[in-house]
Amino acid sequence: MSDKPLAPAIEGWHTMADEPHLIGSQCTGCDTYFFPPQKQYCRNPGCDSTDFREVELSRTGRIWSYTNACYKPPAPYVAAEPFEPYAIAAVQLEREQMTVLGQVVSGVTVAELKVGMPMELVLETLHETDDDIKVTWKWRPLAAAANPAKGA
Amino acid sequence: MDNEIAIIGAGMHPWGKWGHNFVQYGVAAAREALADAGISWRDIRFVSGGATVRCGYPGYVAGATFAQALGWQGAEVNTSYAACASGSQALAAARNKILSGECEVALVVGADTTPKGFLAPAGGYRPEDPDWVRFYLGITNPTYFALYARRRMDLYGDTLEDFAAVKVKNSRVGAKNPRARYRKCFTAEDVAASAMVADPLRLMDICATSDGGAALIVCSLDYARRIGKADAPRVAAISTVTPTFASAVVEMPDIATDSAAAAGVEAVSYRSSIPLKAYEEAGIGPGDVSLAEVYDLSTALELDWIEDLQLTPRGEAAAWLRRGDTALGGRIPVNVSGGLACFGEAVPAQALAQVCELTWQLRGQAGDRQVKGAKVGITANQGLFGHGSSVIVKK
Repeated sequence: MSDKPLAPAIEGWHTMADEPHLIGSQCTGCDTYFFPPQKQYCRNPGCDSTDFREVELSRTGRIWSYTNACYKPPAPYVAAEPFEPYAIAAVQLEREQMTVLGQVVSGVTVAELKVGMPMELVLETLHETDDDIKVTWKWRPLAAAANPAKGA
Repeated sequence: MDNEIAIIGAGMHPWGKWGHNFVQYGVAAAREALADAGISWRDIRFVSGGATVRCGYPGYVAGATFAQALGWQGAEVNTSYAACASGSQALAAARNKILSGECEVALVVGADTTPKGFLAPAGGYRPEDPDWVRFYLGITNPTYFALYARRRMDLYGDTLEDFAAVKVKNSRVGAKNPRARYRKCFTAEDVAASAMVADPLRLMDICATSDGGAALIVCSLDYARRIGKADAPRVAAISTVTPTFASAVVEMPDIATDSAAAAGVEAVSYRSSIPLKAYEEAGIGPGDVSLAEVYDLSTALELDWIEDLQLTPRGEAAAWLRRGDTALGGRIPVNVSGGLACFGEAVPAQALAQVCELTWQLRGQAGDRQVKGAKVGITANQGLFGHGSSVIVKK
């Protein structure tokens, strides 16, 4: 592991804490959540508010569905060499009534996932640059939390 | 019905990877449709084109590009871009022109040329672009199709064998379609031997992108009667509805769905909302449908569409597939053209190609692929950014 500093792959979309949260926005007019954060206009057709508060989204949810990437995606994805397939999950957040996509932490395959399975948000390396290690949010089965094999 | 128009001509340039300019395919399709209708190019008073965004300026003004290629003759033109629904939106523009009495007969045409290599987004650091975000995070197009497929497996018990059976079914009819790109009868073993791309979808579960062109000649019912085509198939409905907030399903290229947390807001499936307006407009129910052409970007997605069109109860499409009910000769044949599995996707032409197939089927001209006694056909497709369509054609 390199001793470069950690930096978010996308600035301002999640906290950097040990128990990280996605950073969304919430319309003060109708309480609709947005991720990525939306601060200019509310997309609820019954609301014309332009006022939003920043909110930390729930960091746990249940799997809506899941898959994996067997082939290296094109740029701007920065793939490790050799390419390691990774799982992907769409996770439903109950309070927010929304589904958020993300990679699943490395080491977990689709064989270990199931629709409805509880998941939690963690940070893990997306790729390294010359200056830092870019981390992003990933989903991890909640049951695996007791034995975190690989962290950020 | 006073909102109906007649389809008096249909034409296509065969799908493939020909490497020509898209205009060539559109002109070939238009000329075939004109010959099929038995009318002259000079009779056309409105040209409605589906735009291609891959071929520069001529693609953005496709209606005019095709009109110029066929020879300027003063007709008015229109160009529609609505992703996979572009052809339907172009058809809707022609219908409006005809029903308003501004023109009697129109050409609707779309064509595309496949780009070389990946359709990657522009580089740099651009988090405001959802397409850039999802590629940066490792989410590709097959990711979305695979999420839908896996959900079917966990919710309804669909299997990899079911998905392969869709490919096998469609390739059997596609092999008989001279306009299809892939004309080989693939087996379940062929599908199983192809590489896993996004679990549970293998390479042969996912459709390719193709070159192709499709065209229709549409006219008022009065015009059809005057030229002796009073019994031509009719467009009974066109739905090009947008989603209703809050969209329940994560859609390409988004990283998250809408939130349905606000009071009075419910999560709504866009895909299943698309045909509702078509059924209502046509005054026709799912039980009246003889055949359907649906957008099988993946094998599993065909099963979703069958349920979204309410041709089977939710979760039962795979059971119908296993019984042969969705095959040629079954209760409700789906994708007897061969579907995208055998054509590959040519975006601005695809929705029109679906209507071409329905036209030939309703005329009884589909040869080895003919659905016996076909009276009502429905199409369905969905693309990026809230575009989707469903067209009902009836005898």
